[in-house]
Amino acid sequence: MKLELRDVRKSFGSRAVLAGLDLKVSAGEVVSFIGSSGSGKTTLLRCINLLEPIDDGTILLDGDEISKIGLDPNPIRRRIGIVFQSFNLFPHMSVQRNITLALTQVLGKQDDEANEIAKSLLTRFALADKIDSYPDQLSGGQQQRVAIVRALAMSPEVMLLDEITSALDPELVGEVLDVVRELKGSGITMLIATHEMKFAQEISDRVCFLDGGRIAEQGQPQQLFTNPSDERTRQFLRRVNF
Amino acid sequence: MIIAIPRLPRWPRVKESFFSKERLFDSFPRLLDAFVLDIKIFAWSTPAIIALALLLAIARSSRNPALFPIRIFVIGYIDIMRGVPVILWIYLIGFGVPGVGLERPFNSPLLWGSVALVLTYGAYIAEVFRAGIDSVHESQRAASRSLGLSNTQTMRFVILPQAIRRVVPPLMNDLVSLQKDVALVSLIGPIEILRQAGIDKAKFANFTPYVAAAIIFLMITIPLTRTTDYLLARERRRTSSTRVR
Ligand SMILES: Nc1ncnc2c1ncn2[C@@H]1O[C@H](COP(=O)(O)OP(=O)(O)O)[C@@H](O)[C@H]1O
Ligand SMILES: [Mg+2]
Repeated sequence: MKLELRDVRKSFGSRAVLAGLDLKVSAGEVVSFIGSSGSGKTTLLRCINLLEPIDDGTILLDGDEISKIGLDPNPIRRRIGIVFQSFNLFPHMSVQRNITLALTQVLGKQDDEANEIAKSLLTRFALADKIDSYPDQLSGGQQQRVAIVRALAMSPEVMLLDEITSALDPELVGEVLDVVRELKGSGITMLIATHEMKFAQEISDRVCFLDGGRIAEQGQPQQLFTNPSDERTRQFLRRVNF
Repeated sequence: MIIAIPRLPRWPRVKESFFSKERLFDSFPRLLDAFVLDIKIFAWSTPAIIALALLLAIARSSRNPALFPIRIFVIGYIDIMRGVPVILWIYLIGFGVPGVGLERPFNSPLLWGSVALVLTYGAYIAEVFRAGIDSVHESQRAASRSLGLSNTQTMRFVILPQAIRRVVPPLMNDLVSLQKDVALVSLIGPIEILRQAGIDKAKFANFTPYVAAAIIFLMITIPLTRTTDYLLARERRRTSSTRVR
């Protein structure tokens, strides 16, 4: 198992956002998370990346318990890339520097090597001409693609994508989804929180519907979208007009 | 006013006493010479102030629970330094510390006056830096930490560069104040411009040297203030045009 969550619990104040969530993801699998706003998709991904400490339960990455209290989170975070809804590029750094910062400071690579990695990834995602641009000179779609490249440059074992197209104009969504399609082709394990039901259906090996702090229903996309067994899933899909 | 003032009965005397051309030309070079000391105090205090302020601001913004006692200490320090007028600190430190019986050159009022400026302005400017650090959105920290950068690396490469850029204008404002407050050091001894003006005034029983000193200050502070306003306006334009997406 690449990633495993056992009985993970997380509350903000009295609000239990994750209430004993279990999940198993095998290597190379692409798993999407759907659910209404506030159902805990972002919280789930942030917990996996240790940006939020969990209250209880266990998270295993390749069998290593990464949720142990007192563990240095930095070496673990290198193995897990996350892309945020709001891009979160560093505005005072060029595209190249956004990508090479962690390569040099965290992985200890030489500048030359880091620049080479940045260049080849940017070329692969048709962003080579933006290497010296600053984030505010890019469209939202380009910024989000750079953010994906930045995470990818660390060669993570797992990629977490948190509603990465939600902040984009509709005409820019396609180019970002294309990048995700390409990523799937490369065989990386991905967890995707999304509102794009069509896309979830197309790209996922498995879709999980989050409700009440747990996975209320999961299954192959075909089955879950066309023939959901849980009433809550049915209601949700009706609400989003799918 | 321009028409009315010269008609006042005592105007000729005031004019002679505050705006004597002869006294102005006589004092001006001496005052300029003395002003070099103000510039020197300003020049050596500023880097120390910025360094101390950064240190205080970083310590105060730290999230490490182990540093909690340091945070409390820093907050107390900043409150105390800012809660007492600068001039009082200059008296307390400038007279107090050498008073315990230090030997030359460690009993110099110039030294301890400068130290007082550094300690007080360090506290003021620490708050400026802290506001800058707080203004960097939490998501920047999350992005940095998610890439595996440590807290310290995140501060150094991601938070501080953005914070400092944003606080340049208010920082300049405080430096203009510092440029003027340097003259307070004169009250404990060193012959800088304000004190030189006092000496000249006493010698000739004429206030014109003070007016001359004011002119010399304005020659520095007005360009500084204008630059600050320009930077502020530029920053406002920049942030207001990028905020809305
Ligand atoms: N840092 C936080 N502090 C307090 N409440 C939070 C915090 N982050 C998320 N929440 C709450 O947790 C719930 C789940 O949020 P989130 O994980 O963002 O859901 P989703 O991504 O599915 O919309 C929401 O009710 C939200 O208000
Ligand atoms: Mg969310």
